[in-house]
Amino acid sequence: MVYFILKRMVQSVFVMLAVAFLAFSLFRFVGDPITQMTGVETSVEDQERLREELGLNDPFVYQFARFTGDMLKGDFGFSYRTRQPVADMIADRIPATLELGVVALIISLLVGVPAGVYTALKPRGVLTQTILMTTLVGVSIPTFVIGIMLIFIFGVQLGWLPTFGRGGTVQIGGWESSLFTIDGWRALLLPAITLGVYQLTLTMRLVRAEMMEVMRSDYIRFAMARGVPMGRLHYKHALANTLVPVITIIGLQFGGVIAFSIVTESVFQWPGMGLLFLESIRFVDIPVMGVYLVVIAFFFVLVNLVVDLLYVAIDPRLRIRDVQ
Amino acid sequence: MLLIKDLTVKFPSRFGDFSAIEDVDMTIKPGEIHGLVGESGAGKSTVGAAVIGLLQSPGYVANGTLTLGDTDLRKLTPTQAHEIRGNRISMIFQDPQTSLNPLMTIEDQLIETIQSHSDVSESAARKRAVDLLEEIGIKNAAQRIKAYPHQFSGGMRQRAVIALAVSTDPELIIADEPTTALDVAVQSQVLELIQRLAKERQIAFMLITHDIGVIAQVADRVSVMRKGRVIETGVTAQVLGKPQHLYTQALMDAVPPLDRKMGRFRVPDADDTAPTLGDIAENWLLEGQQHDLTGMSLQNLTVQFAAPRASLFRKPPPYVALDKVTLNIKPGSIMGLVGESGSGKSTLAKAITGLVTPSSGTMMLGDTALPFGKSRSRHHPSRQLIQMVFQDPYSSLNSRHRIGDILTEPLWFYGFVKDAEEREKLAASMLALVGMQPDAVTKYPHQFSGGQRQRIAVARALLARPRFLICDEPTSALDVSIQAEILNLLKDLQTKFGLTILFISHNLAVVRQMADDTAVLRNGKIEEVGETHAVYTSPQADYTKSLLDLTPVMPTSWQT
Amino acid sequence: MIDFVKKYEGLWLFVHSPAAIVAAIVAAVILLGAVFAPWIALVNPYDLASFSLFDGLLPPAWLDGANPKYLLGTDDQGRDMISSILYGARLSLVIGLSALTIAAVLGVGLGLAAGYYGGRFDAVVMRIADVQLALPAILTALLIDGIARGILPAAIQQDLRVAVLTLAIALSLWVNFARTARASTFVQMNKEYVQAAIMMGQHPLRVMFVHILPNILGPLLVIMTVDLASAILLEATLSFLGIGLPADSPSLGTLIRIGMQFLLSGEWWILWIPTLFLVMLVVSINILGDFLRDVFNPRLR
Repeated sequence: MVYFILKRMVQSVFVMLAVAFLAFSLFRFVGDPITQMTGVETSVEDQERLREELGLNDPFVYQFARFTGDMLKGDFGFSYRTRQPVADMIADRIPATLELGVVALIISLLVGVPAGVYTALKPRGVLTQTILMTTLVGVSIPTFVIGIMLIFIFGVQLGWLPTFGRGGTVQIGGWESSLFTIDGWRALLLPAITLGVYQLTLTMRLVRAEMMEVMRSDYIRFAMARGVPMGRLHYKHALANTLVPVITIIGLQFGGVIAFSIVTESVFQWPGMGLLFLESIRFVDIPVMGVYLVVIAFFFVLVNLVVDLLYVAIDPRLRIRDVQ
Repeated sequence: MLLIKDLTVKFPSRFGDFSAIEDVDMTIKPGEIHGLVGESGAGKSTVGAAVIGLLQSPGYVANGTLTLGDTDLRKLTPTQAHEIRGNRISMIFQDPQTSLNPLMTIEDQLIETIQSHSDVSESAARKRAVDLLEEIGIKNAAQRIKAYPHQFSGGMRQRAVIALAVSTDPELIIADEPTTALDVAVQSQVLELIQRLAKERQIAFMLITHDIGVIAQVADRVSVMRKGRVIETGVTAQVLGKPQHLYTQALMDAVPPLDRKMGRFRVPDADDTAPTLGDIAENWLLEGQQHDLTGMSLQNLTVQFAAPRASLFRKPPPYVALDKVTLNIKPGSIMGLVGESGSGKSTLAKAITGLVTPSSGTMMLGDTALPFGKSRSRHHPSRQLIQMVFQDPYSSLNSRHRIGDILTEPLWFYGFVKDAEEREKLAASMLALVGMQPDAVTKYPHQFSGGQRQRIAVARALLARPRFLICDEPTSALDVSIQAEILNLLKDLQTKFGLTILFISHNLAVVRQMADDTAVLRNGKIEEVGETHAVYTSPQADYTKSLLDLTPVMPTSWQT
Repeated sequence: MIDFVKKYEGLWLFVHSPAAIVAAIVAAVILLGAVFAPWIALVNPYDLASFSLFDGLLPPAWLDGANPKYLLGTDDQGRDMISSILYGARLSLVIGLSALTIAAVLGVGLGLAAGYYGGRFDAVVMRIADVQLALPAILTALLIDGIARGILPAAIQQDLRVAVLTLAIALSLWVNFARTARASTFVQMNKEYVQAAIMMGQHPLRVMFVHILPNILGPLLVIMTVDLASAILLEATLSFLGIGLPADSPSLGTLIRIGMQFLLSGEWWILWIPTLFLVMLVVSINILGDFLRDVFNPRLR
């Protein structure tokens, strides 16, 4: 078990290194960092000196090692566009994106899992067919169109909810949260639903497919033949076994949630990391792009490690290996 | 007492309703083990599923009476039916590996089942569960009960499954192939347990199996099924000893005896389609015998696999699949290789064919040494001289390829026949030689039955002009009557073309019919090797003795 | 009879699935419309001379003030909506299908080889796939777009937009193919027909492409359909974010972005008609994908 976790950690470190390498290559090879940092008025000699100072003439591997080292120390360099430290820029934006992503994920789980279970247990019901058709349309509508529709209906036509920004926020430590004011929640609702809908359909379909597979398994048929009460059969036996693979995929999808928040943030002008990334692409602000990449990959890796731990908690086959 | 009368189960399909079983009559008294025997597709399992009310959707009981004691099983609401399941009728499935919920301990599953049907406290239920496990033969049950299913061995798991089935004191247990996935030693223990439970607890058993030996050994009464109908029923000794129905007689003829060797099986040969059609292939094979008969000799062959790593600091010792195996297969003879699952039989075949790399030892085909695994080049002559007939005819033929393409592949690949039309002709003729219609070349594998596919697989192996043929459990996926046909075919071909054959099987009776010499493999080691008759009549190794003792057989007097 | 039915099982299911039939018809109509756009469209939206500002902002034919010539109305430039949509769908499909082809060739090739060789090669491919998974589709696409902006001179950038977009989408989709192909290949590798072919000494390429590939086409076909839908969605999303295609060669996504300007004014058709088209196209592709999944995995039916 310890070996399993350690193995996953080593794999995670590998993924992080690869992404860091990507970010580094971006920084190093896409455009010349010196021309980006200095103005036209800087002399060639000054540029050369800066190049030497920044170690850009050092061997490649050495540069990469230093780049990674700086990252570990929290030194993420400076934005070409705003000249601010990238670390601060990203840190300012993280709470908005995380709150959006987590609320969206919770919405998708709260609706997706029960809907998946229902449609798996009653595969021929009218409601099931309706849900399946709706979700099929759901995955087919681009996120931004869903956002526009929600804005149009609840923002423009009904005027119930704000259509952009975070609304009222509260500062807790370094964390700017919109979860503590009604105004904040009102602002969060539409973007979170927009982001959650796509995730919801995926979760539902996944739970359904896995659950149907489990319901056909021998141990469910045997539990059925022993007259185990239906409620226990469905939830204690079937759902628990369904969750093992489902958790993995949901972990993988969390990366998707964060990434798709780029679109949602753009539609709702939500001041998160995604919007920052979008701006940095428009202005070819390479350091910001690179750091965003590393941060996203870090969340992804972190969530997947948590998933692995959950996995171990659920499945005794990973916890206890010895055969008596 | 279970009473089944005129039971008909139908499955609606696009072409109207299809009857899976029709007019089945059966009575099972308390304490009686009632065998239900028949080949695949006979409808055995459907009878069991109908009784316990778990027919696969969309099947339904169309007609007939089903009563257990005073209860009319057909009149129950779904809720009532579910309450009866476990409480009065229970079931044992084939595969103990998959029958238990992997996420719950044995204890939780037992307590849950007991509490589902009787109003007892958890501690009382636990006590009953522990007692039950003790009774069923699990030692140190109070501790073992805390284990998860994956911590139990296959035999223990099947015991746990049986414990679950009897935990609520049912009147009837339906056992659907309860020992098919088990090795003979475990099988005999499980069968003994079933007999004991029937006797001591007066539980009625419906024992569904394809294995006539099992029925002969434990069943009080037996019903023989074919195509959804019961064609003969009665006391076991009566039905199997003096079969009245032609089908039962043919079935009994096809069962290989363990205690003697028969020349051929008395089964109708495949319809002789103009016997001359196979001549082209026969002559082609005979003219290809430029070599003398070729034997195979293995010296100290060892195969190791890396065990899965569980710790960071210790490298686990490798798993030894074959341990210094020395085996000499005489040219032109059939060597039988028997052993239980996991004994290394298939690894041996893979080592010879180069799919697995041995760590030490030598392999000689005739007088050339065979390079190991990946170091054997793709053009090595042994790749043509050694051919294999696999276990599962459903996966050994590429389902996306035409039979003609499958059969002509070795012909062009080994450069035997340059002309495409010639190849097709030869393939068609080879089909005739193995007892198939030559026009099969234009069809695809899914259009054939398992037995026919195995014939095609044999034809493919022969079209490589092999000198050494490995048959890895070639009949274990087939019904007993088809098995007899394939064994006859293999025997005939071996005599005709002087092939050297390594015949691998877990079925001792089959090996006895086929092999000149027999080797017994256990945990990667050869326990005993010798002339077949000697091995079977005066086994030297204890292991061979116990294998022969534990294999269920029919009394000799039943067979003619 | 049974043989015949088994062989045409898919066809039978198709004829009895109204959703699949409707989806196939919708997809076919849009596809044909896109292919023959230059011949059937009223105006060429790329050719400024073929339309006029005087026809601008006309509503669809069933509303007051419409010009019956323009069935679904016109945009602010006076372009016929139907023509814009046909050309837009054409561009969307070209990008989607080429991205899909690149992704499928790359992914299936790597997945097959990873499944066949296993061991170290498999590990390397799967680690690369892991990294790709840590950077979800839209991020990859945006990133490649960003890199292209950084590297390519501004003059070429406009000409290469379609190529960059296609490449970006392709790179974000290959993992799906690779993982599916690998998993299916692993299953096939244990089948005896593959072992028979390897034992014979057949060339690995022949084993992979002649023996294994035909047997894993089913799941790959499903992925292909679902990913075509994703590719079209991704293109639309990127264009919507304003980093896809420029406004003078509008794809469906660009049309929607342009239409956003009219969200609050009365000219709803400029936004909602292209949107409806895009959704209809993607829904029908997804329905077909679902249908194929059912055909190849009958146990989920």
